[in-house]
Amino acid sequence: MRVKLLTDIRSLNTRRINWPIGAGFLLSLAALASYPLFFAQFPVTRDFPWANLLLFGAAAVLLAVGLRRAFSPQARYRGKIAGPILTVASMAAMGFFAFLVFFASRGLPSSHGAPQVGQKAPDFTLPDIDINGKPVSLAELLAQARASASDKSGHPRSVLLIFYRGYW
Amino acid sequence: MRGIQKNLDTFQGLGVRPIAISVDTPELSRNLCARQGYTFTFLSDPKAEVIRRYDLVHPRAGVKGQDIARPAEFLLDSSGTVRWVNLTDDFRVRARPEQMIEAAKLLH
Repeated sequence: MRVKLLTDIRSLNTRRINWPIGAGFLLSLAALASYPLFFAQFPVTRDFPWANLLLFGAAAVLLAVGLRRAFSPQARYRGKIAGPILTVASMAAMGFFAFLVFFASRGLPSSHGAPQVGQKAPDFTLPDIDINGKPVSLAELLAQARASASDKSGHPRSVLLIFYRGYW
Repeated sequence: MRGIQKNLDTFQGLGVRPIAISVDTPELSRNLCARQGYTFTFLSDPKAEVIRRYDLVHPRAGVKGQDIARPAEFLLDSSGTVRWVNLTDDFRVRARPEQMIEAAKLLH
């Protein structure tokens, strides 16, 4: 009995570190954080977040390998407790990401009143961002566009209004 | 914004004047432009008045629960008529510079 206990303790100490579990967990955190910090800057990886989904996929593979090792009958690796905990945490990170990317960012109200092709854009006057901010009106911008329309480049002048969410 | 700045020469060559509008204060936008090197025109609409007039409000979506703009792009000819518009249904997905350049090329 005593001998058996001792061998059990010894086997616990000699069980090898199960690195894929930790690596998979860290990778899933990186997959979550790298979207706002990096991949959202580029339209190719922003509009459909395939880079982040690939990272999550790789994390899932690592975790699966780690769990399989932890629960294999040979019991040569550690991670029977940490494995499931970190796997659940990783799945939560992935679920949160999927919620943000495939659900929350689509929660925009409809916009029937926005000017449509062929309609006149409503005039406005807003301050520019200089220290002594001066008001700029759309009428003025359009007048400037018309005034320079006759130069030699020959291309019609236009104004591109870009509304963006801002940084508050 | 980054895409606009990167293609600014192309836009200017096509006669396009980009104007960026958000609820950010002039000071905040000034910092953004200094940090990111944006050199085109930014306008400030802190009370979202123009954003509301264009029906582009995303209600209570700011960090303090304030109304902000949903992303939208309008190409106007010099008479002020909308010639191309992009309204997204996913605020992560905005018009790409190539789309806007293509639209500007079709103006005549």
